[in-house]
Amino acid sequence: MILNAEIISKKYMRKSGEANFFYAVRETSLALTAGSITGVIGRSGSGKSTLLNMMAGLLSPSAGKVTLDGTDLYALSDKELSVLRNQNIGVIPQGQTGLDSLTALDNIKLPYALYHNDRQIDDRADELLHAVGIAHLADAYPSELSGGELRRLAIARALIMQPGIILADEPTGDLDDENTATVLGLLRKAADDGAAVLLVTHDADARQYADVLYRMDAGVLAEA
Amino acid sequence: MNIRKLPVKNLERKPVRTAMLIILTALLSLAVFGGTLVERSLRSGLTSLETRLGADIIVVPASAKSQYDLESILLEGVPGHFYMKKDYLDKVGKIEGIEKISAQYYLATVTSGCCSMPLQLIGFDPQTDFTVKPWIRQNYSGELGEFEIVIGGNINSAVGKTLKFYNQSCTVVGTLARTGTELDNAVFATAQTIKALIKSSEALGLNGQTREDPEQIISTIQIKVQEGYDIDDVMNDINIHITRVQAVRTRSMISGVADSLAGTAYIIRVLIAAVWVLALVILFAAFAAMVNERKREFAVLRVIGTSRSRLARIILAESALVSLLGGVFGILLGTAVVFPFSNLIESKLGLPFLLPGTGDILLLAALTLAVSVLVGAAAASYAAVKLSRVDTGLILREGN
Ligand SMILES: Nc1ncnc2c1ncn2[C@@H]1O[C@H](COP(=O)(O)OP(=O)(O)O)[C@@H](O)[C@H]1O
Ligand SMILES: [Mg+2]
Repeated sequence: MILNAEIISKKYMRKSGEANFFYAVRETSLALTAGSITGVIGRSGSGKSTLLNMMAGLLSPSAGKVTLDGTDLYALSDKELSVLRNQNIGVIPQGQTGLDSLTALDNIKLPYALYHNDRQIDDRADELLHAVGIAHLADAYPSELSGGELRRLAIARALIMQPGIILADEPTGDLDDENTATVLGLLRKAADDGAAVLLVTHDADARQYADVLYRMDAGVLAEA
Repeated sequence: MNIRKLPVKNLERKPVRTAMLIILTALLSLAVFGGTLVERSLRSGLTSLETRLGADIIVVPASAKSQYDLESILLEGVPGHFYMKKDYLDKVGKIEGIEKISAQYYLATVTSGCCSMPLQLIGFDPQTDFTVKPWIRQNYSGELGEFEIVIGGNINSAVGKTLKFYNQSCTVVGTLARTGTELDNAVFATAQTIKALIKSSEALGLNGQTREDPEQIISTIQIKVQEGYDIDDVMNDINIHITRVQAVRTRSMISGVADSLAGTAYIIRVLIAAVWVLALVILFAAFAAMVNERKREFAVLRVIGTSRSRLARIILAESALVSLLGGVFGILLGTAVVFPFSNLIESKLGLPFLLPGTGDILLLAALTLAVSVLVGAAAASYAAVKLSRVDTGLILREGN
């Protein structure tokens, strides 16, 4: 699967200013290809999350388009785009994203449960819980998990549908070395299994896991 | 894990938030249900009172006017008795402008051993009566025989049973629909029966006020004024030309009731409206705050591929559950307040209070439920639509 951002921009109004705006992402193109991890590093505020969200179909670009195997994401209806994201794009958003009312296990199974109504996913969910090392917390609620455990939960949830595209927004932020290694190892494995992975991070250590590395600076992407 | 269970889980896992929303909707439905019920009960109480007062003018002995609270006896049936000579019926009947005229006979029973319970006995003359019979006819089609009685809706007896007054057994042949007034505690019989009972009471020495021959006395005269005559003129004529009696307009007796009823109904309507507006504003604010607080949670659902309409359905399902529960709660609360205390409401407000029938109450409950679910849904949709206008990417960012 190929996820392609074609000359996309995102324009925001400046909070204080009258009629003055700025580009969080400026005329940027990026292609994610199957089997490899594309790393994007850059300072906080450089536009990394904005780029990732646009590529996930979660934030409409001010200009340019995003295509998945040739399909323009923002030309789809909300329903079509939702199904497409559910099946093909595993997103690991920045920060804590567990649903408070569900156990860790149910959180992981949720993407599958959205469009299916059976227990076929139990084995894979169990497998993923073990892979990310929180099997003993299957019945715990997000409020009972640590930051690292929550992040691993989000990764397992992003992997449950075996998506062709994985978009990870600072998946290792505020994790210790051991957790960082586990998380990056999981993404590496997903890429080796054929996924196209985008790894956004402000952490230069992550570069050793990336096959291609870009640097984002003031909304402009350049090869690092 | 079934996605359909998500709304329920969301509610269960946040009991405080859920309880607050339920209490809010309960308040709304309590106001709608309880308020409407009280208003309607008062209204039908007045209507039944009006139809009960088939007479335009009631003539009583002048002594009764000072001795008793006339309104109480005529309207509320507070046990009492007073008599005047039968001749007055003819005298009054000669006044111009009278269409119908009929005498009634009052007898109050006492608590002592002679009688089943203290009640107001009202006798009417089957030949001339025009106020009691039409009412009785709604519940009893036959003619009343001697020692046969028809009882008010509050009296705890049934057709076929007997009640004992002054050692005379009387058979219940009919029960009357409730009016919400003290007339529900009265017993109706023919003049013949009442006269016989008056004799019995005198024989027992229990009714010493009169030494008159029961055949020669009456208690009140009911008058219907002819079309084209002014009721006040006829009343004044009687009061001027016939001494030792007092003519009273029935309307003047109930106009006080009607006025205070209109006032009370108005206050209740204003209260309902106020609670409504308040609850609506609070409910909309609460749902908006709820959605706002859970923006990130909803954004995560979008991230994993939940469509806008699916998300809206989840939010709506939660609100429907909440407002259904709240609605049922409010109705139960309203029931618990209005029904057991309807007598208290009646005596505190001093107004006739007649609860609607079960069917109407169920209908009102169903409407109340529908209203609270609709309002909850509207509030939730409003919040959900506002949320769906914003790109998920922007919401995700806000949380950090
Ligand atoms: N909704 C928004 N409104 C205005 N400015 C925004 C908005 N979202 C992001 N920005 C700005 O765009 C720039 C890029 O943000 P972001 O993509 O989150 O950066 P990064 O992920 O690299 O830290 C920042 O300067 C940020 O303040
Ligand atoms: Mg970011």
